[in-house]
Order: sequence, then C-alpha cells, then structure tokens
Amino acid sequence: MNFALVDCNNFYASCERVFNPSLIGRPLVILSNNDGCVIARSEEAKQLGIKMGAPAFKNEAFFRQHGVAVLSSNYALYGDMSARVMAAMRPVVSAMEVYSIDEAFLALDAAHGEDFAREIRARVRQWTGIPVSVGIAPTKTLAKLANRLAKKTPERQGVLDFTRVTDSDAVLSMVPCSDIWGIGNRFSTRLSPMGIHTARDLKYAEMANVRKALGVIGERLARELGGVSCLTLEEIPSDKKGIASAKSFGHPVETLQELEEALATYTARVGEKLRAARLLAGHLSVFVETNRFSATQPQYHAGAQTTFLKPTNQTSVLIAAALDLLRSIYRVGYQYKKTGLFVTAMSPEGAVQLSLFEDRVDKPAGRPLAAIVDQLNRKLGANTIRYASMGTRDTWAMRQNRRSRKFTTRWSELPVAKA
Amino acid sequence: MTVAEPIPFEARLSLRIPLVSAKVQAGFPSPADDHMEKSLDLNEHLVRNPAATFFVKVEGDSMRDAGILSGDILVVDRSLTPKDSQIVVAMLDGDFTVKRLRQRDGRVFLEAENVAFAPIEISENQELVIWGIVTYVIHQPR
Repeated sequence: MNFALVDCNNFYASCERVFNPSLIGRPLVILSNNDGCVIARSEEAKQLGIKMGAPAFKNEAFFRQHGVAVLSSNYALYGDMSARVMAAMRPVVSAMEVYSIDEAFLALDAAHGEDFAREIRARVRQWTGIPVSVGIAPTKTLAKLANRLAKKTPERQGVLDFTRVTDSDAVLSMVPCSDIWGIGNRFSTRLSPMGIHTARDLKYAEMANVRKALGVIGERLARELGGVSCLTLEEIPSDKKGIASAKSFGHPVETLQELEEALATYTARVGEKLRAARLLAGHLSVFVETNRFSATQPQYHAGAQTTFLKPTNQTSVLIAAALDLLRSIYRVGYQYKKTGLFVTAMSPEGAVQLSLFEDRVDKPAGRPLAAIVDQLNRKLGANTIRYASMGTRDTWAMRQNRRSRKFTTRWSELPVAKA
Repeated sequence: MTVAEPIPFEARLSLRIPLVSAKVQAGFPSPADDHMEKSLDLNEHLVRNPAATFFVKVEGDSMRDAGILSGDILVVDRSLTPKDSQIVVAMLDGDFTVKRLRQRDGRVFLEAENVAFAPIEISENQELVIWGIVTYVIHQPR
C-alpha cells in the first residue's frame, strides 16, 4: 500500500479565485483575523517576495504599487470549500485522513500511481475549482516530501510518485532537514552538529543517535524516509494547523443521542489537546457518515462548520457548537458508521484579545477575563482601556470590508451571474 | 453568544413532508406507524452531488425565455461535463454570466434567451471557462 498526500495549492487564495475571477493571475494575499499580517499568498504574491507573517500596515504602499489584492480571511468559505475537496476525494479511495483544512492523506492500492493521482486532481479541480498537488510514496513522510517536490517542479504538473523516482537518494540529498515534515527548524539544529543536514543524511543516520537527539518520533520519521511505514493513516501528528478527532463505531448507530454522546466525547478530547498546546480554535467542522462499503444500506454523509467570533479552547463552548452542527446535519433513517470533528484557524492562547471587551458574560472563561478587565480599569484608568478597545474596533471594521462574501454558506451572499 | 450560526456546507433547503402520518390517539397506536417513511428532502431532488453543487443568484433578463428571471437562484453542478445547448454559468472577462452554450462548426457561442440580446461568439483569443452546469432554477412566482 502507498500513501498519497493531497495538498491544495495556495488554498485560501484558490478559494477566493473560484468565486472572483478578477483575482486570477494577479498577486493576492489574505490577512489574519487578529493582527493584520499575511497568512496566505497566491503564487504571484510569493514571487513578489511577500513573506508569510508580513504585517499588512507596513506593506500597504508596496501592495498598492504592485497591484496586490488584499483580502481578510473568510474561514466560512475556506471551511466549506475544504469540506467539498475532501468529499470529492472520499468516494474514490478506501481510506482517508483529513490532515488539515487543505491537506489529506489517502490510502492507495499498489496499482494506483500517477494516473490515478491525475484523475483525483482533475476531479477536485472540476468539482470545486481548487487546484491540488499529489505526492505518492510508501510512507507518509515521503508522501509529504514528494508532494513538496511536485509543487516545486512545474513540469511534474502537480503529481509525483516517489516510488518511480530512479535515484531517490539523490533527490533526498537535495532536501534540507528543516524541510522534512515534523523536523522543522527546531529539530534540524539538533541534527546539524551530528553532520545530518539533508533527508538523505537522516535516512542513513545511526538510529540510536537519531533517537537520542529527536526521541522516538524523530526516529520514526527517519525510518519513514527509508521507506518503512511507521505512521498509519489514523494517526494524527501534532501539526498546529488543526486538531481532529473521529472514530468509526463498532456497530452502526442510528439515533441522534448516540451520535451526540460520541461527538461530545471526541470534542472534549480536542478541547484537552487545544489547552495542552495552549492554542485556541477559530473554526470547527463536524461530519457524519454511513458505511460507504455497504452496498445494501442507504448512504449519507454530510458536514457542517462554524466560525467562532472569539476563538476558544473551552470544552463547554466547543461541545455546544459541535452538537449544534451535528443536529443540523443529522438525518433520520441512516445507519451511521462514523462521526468526528476538526478544529482549524488556530491561534496561540493570549494572542487573541479582540473580543475581550465584547463578550464577558455567561462563559466560564469570561468571568476571570472580566475580572482582569475591571482590575485594569481600576489600575490604569479608563482612558487606556478605551483607546485599546476603540483601536481594535476600527481595525476590525476595516478587515470586515476586505472579507469576500460567504458565497457558499449564506443565502444573502451568493455569487451573482449576469443574465 | 460567541458561537456563530451553524453554517451547513450542504444546502439547508429541506422540505419535510411526512408521506404517511397520523396523530397518536390516546391508547391506540396508529395503524400507519408501520408504514412511516422518511420525509421528502428537497436536497435529494435538486442536489445530485453536494460537493460539486453551488447556488448562484441571477441578475438580468437575458435568459427570460428559458424561464430564468432576475432574482432567481440557480442550482449549479460543476461535476457535469458541458455539452452543446446546455445552460451554463460561464466566466467571461472577469464576470460570471448565465447563458446557453452553443457549439457549431467549431465555433462557440453563449446565447441569450431573449431577442433583445445578441449571441456572444467566443473568439479564439478569448478565454471561456465553463464554471458549472445549471441543473435547476429556483424561482419564486410573483
């Protein structure tokens, strides 16, 4: 069995372009919700040298000068388009792991090579308008690497089967450790003193040394580079782009109550993970599905998502939202095989101050926050607080103006066709 | 409330009409209970492929004679392959337009369904992208 990593190209920018053709071919950047920095770029914007995290206000003149289109993030749109991309792929593979809002690992049969990948690519492109790249390899780590190579090499046309690469070691020797999935800059600085600089070095490194430097997870990644699959499809490494929890039921489930209980349990787990990582989730997606391998049972799968005005890691808030979504997609008369959720649009705890002043009642976490606000009011005086609050409101209003419409989730914001 | 309205990615245009139903009378089970069926869901009728189906609002009168009026909502399926004489949403010069696709002798036209609008021929150096196929029109009589 092989893995395929399917990754949407410049996902947020691509979503915007599906509904706004005038954005095609020109540089486009998407700004973060809270601090006005660049969180996504079109290919043209990357070529202009615009960096991830570049502060928007410092670059206004540059953007104007180069005709860069600037949009606020529209997570309702991205979440919906993500669900569509995943739904387009799910029926053609035996197993799939939604890894983040714009990536999924697929289980591929041995017979499924580049032709199959090209079919998936064409299908996702036609159904959703989103271009994707596909990397195929015997391990997840190599699939991720193959995907990166497919993106970097235009003549690959978005597809690379690592098992067909003739001199794979030569390819690995061109990949710095910091580019390997799960290694990054932090771990690569521990490897360079050992003379391990490239993926090839790591593949042939003494495993005991790797384990000493990077622990068991690092050792697994090193083995995966050598083609030994250690990470299974269900396993979800701690990528900070999103956290998911989903499970198949041992027996089919029909009632809403049973689904609710399961989903609430998974949601609590996600809440724990968020708090442990000191992260807040801005977006929550929930899905249900029947057993698609049953030829006799009626099939149903659906998903729904919501955006938190105030990103959260509070289990009570997450569960309330998850169950609301579940109720909106639950249909009587189906035998459900699986339910689950994933949270995205993550931000670090403490970085999100925006809603401090607008929502401080009735929330377990709201009360201590309110106490802090009151304390600050007493200590620093009303002026300080007022300035801060007005400042955030102003930027908020500006960002709202730059958000594209929620084309796929609001009846009042549908795309318009001229007749 | 900090939680925004749940936003379904599937259309929530469900019309729930029980096919068979009876009020429960005190003490007696309804004779129809054994024949209860699932309510009709308009999505099942209008949306063949939810992942590839989008809703698009119409502005203008050029498709009047095809029963598409300004303000109508089009059900657009992107997964279908465009064929001659289908009504399509196309991307033309940076805008979305709804027209009937015509292919004749290697030439491609977008035709209106209203005598006041001339057909648009797509020239060779013009790029025409068929965005999706119109499968249904949601129209409110007025």
